[in-house]
Amino acid sequence: MATFNLKVNGKNHQVDVEDDTPLLWVLRDHLGLVGTKFSCGVAQCGACTVHINGNSTFSCVTPISSVGNSEVITIEGLSEDGDHPVQKAWEEVDVAQCGYCQAGQIMQAAAFLKSNPNPSMDEIDNAMNRNICRCGTYHKIREAVALAAKTK
Amino acid sequence: MSTVTRASRRDFLKIAGTTAGGLFIGFNWFSCDSPKVEVLSTEEILSQAKNFNSYLSISPTGDVVIYSPNPELGQNIKTSFPMVVAEELDADWEKVRVIQANLDTEKYDRQLTGGSGAMPHSWERLRTAGATAKYVLVAAAAKTWNVPAEEITVEKGIISHKGSGKSAHFGEFVTEAATMTAPEQVTFKDKKDFKIIGTPVKNVDAKEMYTGQPLYGLDFYREGMLHAMIQRAPFGMKIKSVDDAAARAVTGVQEVVTFGNSVAVVGSSTWPLMKAKKLLRIEYEPEGKVESSADHDRIFKELLASGKAEVRRKDGNVDAAFKNAAKVVSAEYQCPFLAHSPMEPENFFAHVKGDKCELIGPTQTPDRARQSAAQILGIPAENITVEITRLGGGFGRRLRADYVEEAVEVSRAMNAPVKVTWSREDELTGGAYRPAVRYRFEAALDESGNMIAYKLRGVGMNAGNTTREHNFPSGAVDNVLIESVNYESSITTNAWRAPITNFLAYAEQSFLDEVALEAGKDPVQFRLDLLQRAKTNPVGELGYDVDRMIGVVQAAKEKSNWGKNPNVKQGFSVYFSHRSYVAQVADIAMEGGTPTLKKITAVTDCGMVINPIGANHQVRGGIVDGMGHAMYGNLTFENGVPKQKNYDTYRLIRMKEVPEIETHFLTTDFDPTGLGEPALPPTGGSIANAIFAATGRRLRSQPFIEQKEFSDIKLDIRRA
Repeated sequence: MATFNLKVNGKNHQVDVEDDTPLLWVLRDHLGLVGTKFSCGVAQCGACTVHINGNSTFSCVTPISSVGNSEVITIEGLSEDGDHPVQKAWEEVDVAQCGYCQAGQIMQAAAFLKSNPNPSMDEIDNAMNRNICRCGTYHKIREAVALAAKTK
Repeated sequence: MSTVTRASRRDFLKIAGTTAGGLFIGFNWFSCDSPKVEVLSTEEILSQAKNFNSYLSISPTGDVVIYSPNPELGQNIKTSFPMVVAEELDADWEKVRVIQANLDTEKYDRQLTGGSGAMPHSWERLRTAGATAKYVLVAAAAKTWNVPAEEITVEKGIISHKGSGKSAHFGEFVTEAATMTAPEQVTFKDKKDFKIIGTPVKNVDAKEMYTGQPLYGLDFYREGMLHAMIQRAPFGMKIKSVDDAAARAVTGVQEVVTFGNSVAVVGSSTWPLMKAKKLLRIEYEPEGKVESSADHDRIFKELLASGKAEVRRKDGNVDAAFKNAAKVVSAEYQCPFLAHSPMEPENFFAHVKGDKCELIGPTQTPDRARQSAAQILGIPAENITVEITRLGGGFGRRLRADYVEEAVEVSRAMNAPVKVTWSREDELTGGAYRPAVRYRFEAALDESGNMIAYKLRGVGMNAGNTTREHNFPSGAVDNVLIESVNYESSITTNAWRAPITNFLAYAEQSFLDEVALEAGKDPVQFRLDLLQRAKTNPVGELGYDVDRMIGVVQAAKEKSNWGKNPNVKQGFSVYFSHRSYVAQVADIAMEGGTPTLKKITAVTDCGMVINPIGANHQVRGGIVDGMGHAMYGNLTFENGVPKQKNYDTYRLIRMKEVPEIETHFLTTDFDPTGLGEPALPPTGGSIANAIFAATGRRLRSQPFIEQKEFSDIKLDIRRA
């Protein structure tokens, strides 16, 4: 066990965990931030996507020891009141079916649009190909990312 | 006063398990809406609300709370059920809150999600709930105003009497109305007067989902709760010995519990358990058949040839017809086992407390969860409560209670509240799969190319009846023989979205394409001719409505411009599918020498569409699901263990593999049927038939990408 100081959603936290503990499980089990989802655990599906220093990252394979004093943003901290342009676009398009993957999709879309504010549809597809939606809401994800790019 | 209360769905979060419908939520990171608006929490509303029936409470503020009893797994029932109640109530949707009801077998029947059956089962019940409440509210208003009830109108939660000019919202009358006896029979609204049904209504859980609020079973945490992860035995094996020393040595592991053929590692957080589980040294020995996929391939061929079959349907004399046939067409089709792989892995919370038990989590069958727990614990089912969380997908996997039973076992052993969590590896290797099936189809044609006989024989691995014997083309052919053979495998199977038909429809619709082409007929006209025969002179029992099937075939033909564009190769399929009718056309164009899947057009007759957003979602999602598994899905076995253990080897469809999907819904006056399953079954068929039309390669097994006929085909996907 070791003590780690973390900065998540602008707040400082201290946790005592093994240094190989993935950020995902620190968020969920230790900080009560359950919006970041567990699904595959091997960086294949994107349900666990968070931002580390603005970059979308698979938190399920990110050991806590590698986070250091980086800025971690989770779905709970993406916006003050759920009004990030991507979240608003997701509501407007009514993207979700079961909804379990959508927090990860939103985090991926938000990081992508920050680096590429005016993407082509192909670029959207490439960026979002990283995240799986088992319900098959891909058409709406694409539509919502395009809408968020337009309305930001 | 009706202008000052406005509900914000996010304050569902404040409920914290205190209400009848109780969510379990304990966190709340949100500030309130604009301070200018008085926002009542759902808890506050419920504290003063009057209960009208199992589905409905209304508060003096005019706020309406609707309980949705069936588990929500993405089929959108938690939005569409309340829409029906609100419609007959003539409520203002903006003032409606929705709560997922707990298991309550006295209030609700068929409180489960499966078989696309919830809406057809509940349609009248939901309408009655809304209509009876409206009746007593109107009666209370009539009494208060001293006017005839027949002269009163209701719109958007406002009760009005034109003659006297009186008008007030529901809340004014709830106290009086709640004391009145609801009539045994009520008159429903005319469908043409519907104001909520048929309009696009957004998901009631949207805000919580998009801001990461705890909604799902895996999000449930309780102070003092232990976590457990479980190692299960390979199929056909049992535990011989367990060496748990290394697992116990992992920091954070509190206990190792063995029950049945399972070994649970228990601790206070998840990650140490994931590590410890890998350190368990468990020796297994055979207990039954220890099977590999090569065994299944062999068994399929043996049983197709000589297995003892159950005759499911027999019309006329197939032997004589085949003997006299001008042409015989036959083909075999096979599909592999598939995992359900909902994005939220299996998990459940159980707290066994003496002769009582509390269960919380994602289940499609809460009553089965309760009965299973009662049986394990030897206590009455009434002593067990089940709280239903939102489900991160289900696809049939959560019809089973195996993971609930595990939570009960571990909670009892630990004498503590326990949440069992499965890893993705557990989910893919943990059983209850879509069964592997192999079919042999045979058709006899006369000299004019008419199908005079049709034979289907299916062999399934723990699949039960592999056929749907009264489905098309039964009823359209004089001589029919449909048989099914079951093989008892040690690999556990279960309903998987659109059970049996998820593969049967593809195989049948591909085979009918083969027959049509052998008969020299256009595949759509071939089906229409058969349907015309079934309509004018049906043979035996028909499990489908011929006119509705013709309706979707004709509409799909028209909407897809079937056969009109020589540069586009098309594949057709149609299926009577879990009470609804779906026809599809897949378009493939050769672009730069590469076959490109450009579009799938789908026409659905599901009766009245409740919510166009949800309906469109279910059809597109069903097609994406059907396409993904037809193209890529494969679970193979070696010595009772699946070889594909995570998404790196078990391939699911992704964004770049999805074509444009155009959906159409027939406007019919039929009562609504479900949509969770219907669009999936025809998908493999429309795509495979288009691939044949474009390349001349017939894909008779899934997944397509692993077939040798597909090995040199690069199928491009043209995205919308």
